[in-house]
Amino acid sequence: MDSGLQFLIDLAVILILFAGIWQFHTTRGAKWGNLTGAFALASAVALVLYRHPVLEPGLVVAAIVVGGIIGVAIALRANMIQIPAIVAFQHGFGGVAVSFVSYVELARVTETLPLAGRISGLLGLVLGAATFSGSLIASAKLANRIKQTPVVLPNHNLVLGSLALVALVLVVISGISGILPVHAALIVLSAVSVVLGVVFAIRIGGADMPVLISFLNATAGFAAALCGIVIQNRLLIACGATVAASGSILTHIMCKGMNRSLRNVFISASTKAEAVKGAAAPASAPAVASKSTETPASAPATAAVAPAPAKPVGDLYAEAAEAAKAAKTVVIIPGYGMALAHAQFEVVDLANRLQKRGADVKFAVHPVAGRMPGHMHVILAEAEVDPDVLFEMNQVNDQLKNTDVVFVVGASDVVNPSAISVKGTPISGMPILLAHEAKRVIVCNLDDKPGYSGVENSLYKDPKALLLLGDAKATIAELIQRLA
Amino acid sequence: MVDLLLLLVVFGFSFGVGHILISRVPQILHTPLMSMTNAISGVTLLGALLLFAVPTGPWEKTLGAIAVGAAAFNVIGGFAITDRMLRLFKFKTRHKGGDEAGEAAR
Repeated sequence: MDSGLQFLIDLAVILILFAGIWQFHTTRGAKWGNLTGAFALASAVALVLYRHPVLEPGLVVAAIVVGGIIGVAIALRANMIQIPAIVAFQHGFGGVAVSFVSYVELARVTETLPLAGRISGLLGLVLGAATFSGSLIASAKLANRIKQTPVVLPNHNLVLGSLALVALVLVVISGISGILPVHAALIVLSAVSVVLGVVFAIRIGGADMPVLISFLNATAGFAAALCGIVIQNRLLIACGATVAASGSILTHIMCKGMNRSLRNVFISASTKAEAVKGAAAPASAPAVASKSTETPASAPATAAVAPAPAKPVGDLYAEAAEAAKAAKTVVIIPGYGMALAHAQFEVVDLANRLQKRGADVKFAVHPVAGRMPGHMHVILAEAEVDPDVLFEMNQVNDQLKNTDVVFVVGASDVVNPSAISVKGTPISGMPILLAHEAKRVIVCNLDDKPGYSGVENSLYKDPKALLLLGDAKATIAELIQRLA
Repeated sequence: MVDLLLLLVVFGFSFGVGHILISRVPQILHTPLMSMTNAISGVTLLGALLLFAVPTGPWEKTLGAIAVGAAAFNVIGGFAITDRMLRLFKFKTRHKGGDEAGEAAR
């Protein structure tokens, strides 16, 4: 079916793709890496079209043009907060393509396919359909179109397990024997897989989203690779495997960043949801603050009025401004709350002003800050931060004790010292940014309620901490004014 | 069987090399990385195109066309949004050594 030359050409395309990914090891090279990757994929498409001319060029071109135009239109209009939702949405469409291709291929040549080919086609169909529905759920959650909190059905694990079992049994039955009518089997299998994806994704929410979206990245890759096996295309397998590797690594990094296992995120999210509710209830009772008591996720983006927790707020701001002016070293710790308040522009402005005053300013970003891996970095990049001042947790943590002022903006769990000092909480053992070791900590959060984990933040009670509560956009703007 | 074995080798090789390369990507680039690999996962486009290489009925053509469109959306949209994202990283200073290529071309 193929000559050595074809094999070498395929290998070259894959190596070009690898070269593109390799360029992602520096921030400056990444842009070219992306273009290299795009070139590799374009070459793969050209090769396939050259080797197997399509019989309906009009229809094919029209489909590509329509899909491409919609894709580019969405890409051009997106802002960086929406990126996770869009990436999840695109995963979903990749999943559709996989399941349809597997479907057609299985229905067409099922008799002539070897057993392994049939099984991988069926698995590709399952993974593709489940990736599709799971991604759409994830995307809707991230875009705030449906409730972002975990939705737990009665006997959720049982339902999920049964669905997976049914899918697996169907795969085996329709793979091994020709007993079942092909179309009926495939349609039932697709339907089960779609439901499986929904049930799987619906129970994950909030700060666990980075794990889900990374995982869907991996399943999309695996699905593509399986599709490549049934259709016997090396390029498809290679690309799919590379994506699967990437998704797996990112999933692992996200789990490590939260000190949780994959099982813990996907199977036992229910207990955590309870914990959040339990902790939030007593906290909201004594809270006198007039600000929104909604979950931070639904907080309005606009900065309506200055925060008003009745106390001598002016003194707090004056104190914070004094500390900031005197600081020689400053570290800013942004969390997703900053993005929700659209405060990234003010925060970067603050950083630039402090830098002009001669301070050494760094941003320290926790691995799981935001709604997908690295999300906070692109949000800050949109606000035109200098990428050279963005640092990872491990690069900054040992410097924090010599830092004059730490700003915490819209982050809670990732700076909660209880992760180290208290055993048995959902965040115990989670690596944190050691903000509490700094000489002064200025917290610009919406409120002093616990973060997503539901664990009280002992940093807030630290005498070194200065709490400027309220909408971060307004808070930071006020602070900037007082710096002048 | 030999064919299948070869395909599995391709899978293993790509997964392994991909693993090594991606382990070296810094946290700052994780979002663009995922966005780009997301675009790559739309490579199913190849499979969708192959569906049109043989004569099929209207039913297969419809599913095939949807697959081509969805995959094209995934691939083209994915690379476009990654490109936009990476252009947002604007450096204020030139960096010492190594990777000035990207900087110079900006």
